Amino acid sequence: MAGLHKSDYKNPVVNWIDTRLPLFTMMNKEYAVFPTPKNFNYFWNFGALATVTLLLMIATGVFLAMNYTPDSNMAFDSVERIMRDVNYGWLLRYAHANGASMFFIVVYIHIFRGLYYGSYKTPRELLWMLGVVILLLMMATAFMGYVLPWGQMSFWGATVITNLFSAFPLVGNAIVTWLWGGFAVGDPTLHRFFSLHYLLPFVLIGVVFFHVVALHITGSNNPLGIDVKSPQDTLPFHPYYTIKDSVGLCVFFMVWAAFVFFAPNFFGDPDNYIPANPLQTPSEIVPEWYFLPYYAILRSVPNKLGGVCMMFGSILVLFVLPWLDTSPVRSARFRPIYRALFWVHVVACIALGFVGAHRPEGWWVVLGRVATTYYFLHFLVLLPIIGKLERPLPLPESISRPVIPPRGGGGPLPGGAPAKPMEKP
Amino acid sequence: MRPALSTARAGGQFAATLLAATLLAAPAIAQEGQLPHPGWSFSGPFGTFDRAAAQRGFQIYKEVCSNCHSLKEAYYRNLEGIGLSEEQVKAVAASVTVPTIGDDGQPAERPALPSDHFKSPFANDKAARAALNGALPPDLSVIVKAREGGPDYVYGVLTGYGEPPAGMKMGDGMNYNRVFPGHQIAMPQPLQADQVQYSDGTKPTLDQEAHDVVTFLTFIANPEMESRKQIGVKIILFLAMLTGITYVVKRRVWSDVH
Repeated sequence: MAGLHKSDYKNPVVNWIDTRLPLFTMMNKEYAVFPTPKNFNYFWNFGALATVTLLLMIATGVFLAMNYTPDSNMAFDSVERIMRDVNYGWLLRYAHANGASMFFIVVYIHIFRGLYYGSYKTPRELLWMLGVVILLLMMATAFMGYVLPWGQMSFWGATVITNLFSAFPLVGNAIVTWLWGGFAVGDPTLHRFFSLHYLLPFVLIGVVFFHVVALHITGSNNPLGIDVKSPQDTLPFHPYYTIKDSVGLCVFFMVWAAFVFFAPNFFGDPDNYIPANPLQTPSEIVPEWYFLPYYAILRSVPNKLGGVCMMFGSILVLFVLPWLDTSPVRSARFRPIYRALFWVHVVACIALGFVGAHRPEGWWVVLGRVATTYYFLHFLVLLPIIGKLERPLPLPESISRPVIPPRGGGGPLPGGAPAKPMEKP
Repeated sequence: MRPALSTARAGGQFAATLLAATLLAAPAIAQEGQLPHPGWSFSGPFGTFDRAAAQRGFQIYKEVCSNCHSLKEAYYRNLEGIGLSEEQVKAVAASVTVPTIGDDGQPAERPALPSDHFKSPFANDKAARAALNGALPPDLSVIVKAREGGPDYVYGVLTGYGEPPAGMKMGDGMNYNRVFPGHQIAMPQPLQADQVQYSDGTKPTLDQEAHDVVTFLTFIANPEMESRKQIGVKIILFLAMLTGITYVVKRRVWSDVH
């Protein structure tokens, strides 16, 4: 129904705008008074950290793009010009390059937080699936961004990854030629990757927007994984969580700065400071660290198409996770068996990361196959079964009245011991 | 101030650990021979370039390396970063002629300016290969960033020449090197003791020459390093204080939550 919004704002200018476009009312509702569970721990910082990282990546990236040339003869030198000629160009580039790693660290912690506390379960399935879309878009953006400096690892990484599509029968080679814009990775590939690398972050912003909208419809999960029962269970987002997120943000910036200023090439591969040479393959082609687990899965399967399918499957399986996990209890705090399996799964993912960084020889092959098997076993077999077999611990009555101590198992406490997060000493 | 300072020190240690981790993460090289760790003026979160060593290193680049290796990403003006005066830089640049187009539209030559890139020894890669038995000397602008092990690796190659072990079959025109991957390098040993004459009285041993030129090349690869680290220390200190203040405010805000 059309009609002006009835605004409560006293300031005449704000009121005039708010009446016609209730942005102020919306921001107040969604970010100031928005009721948020009062028992978040610091793992609930990471969504905000990811949003800030995305914005900073776009900010640094826009300025880098002003000075970068996506031409295969000039790209490498233009990056060096950014490092040497552009005022604080080295800061822009190092912040952006390390920012990619920071973004993945933050998002991976955010995802494992969701896995541990069951944030993907009803009614948050769509919220979770939008998150998986965000991960896929991030991966595509990061991959294409890594190609832009046009070093050896850029070129050969692009060659290996785009060649994965050739595994598909019949249409595979046609797809690869289409992706390349030619019959090998070359100038057209670099130009289109630059264009898409600039485009996708804005698509990401759109999906992040829907991710946040969906979050504000269902409300946040919390460490206990139980629903908000009454207003006593919640706090207004501002100032309680704006300030708590700010603490995490400061610490996060310190970590990011430590890399940018003191070890700016820590995450990079030395080979990428060698200009791309299509006639000379590096002794080892290794993706960036955040792709190593998928790379390990790819190489653990002795069949190319099988490996490619398993690699994509390792992400796609997350889309159906809300229906694979049959337990109605969200938080692993009350699921002793799932909690143990969660940590096994974390170990398997980290092991896959190490496997991806080593040549597929000897024990690394065995370890890669065991970890790959567990990765899929965990989602496809164990989660559906233990949801039915496991006996969860008794759930608290409400967030403000937990019947058991917030951490670990243990027996029930005398009822009514209130949760007191962060009291002054 | 004390918590902020101790955080900065912890930050420094953290960064030092990271740097150590970067240097240790060289499994490929460890198999082929240990990398030397001579110790560098520029390592660590407070490290700076030893100006005298970097200037001696520039002398070595100019007199030895530049016969074959380009430094094409660097500018003559960068030399002010290792302590040369503006006048000295102008003189260094002016001693080189670079191609240009004259007012008559014909190719001509002019003296280089501080704003010019270092002049490359060869017109192009093919000219370099033709002159050097088919081998292509890599550009040295970012060489210490482009090799696993960084400065230690470059120093290791420069000091790693020797006789091949008995039974090792060397390729035609190849030289044995303990550090170079595969141990066969096309470049003949570039530095010997007393190869150059240092004007500051430093004894030009092989180790000293290698040390000096690696210091210079590390500067050329990271001309921003000193200001980067100085800004970094300030930013970490600032963020440490901001974290402390934000945390105190957070405790205040949350003090009424039960």
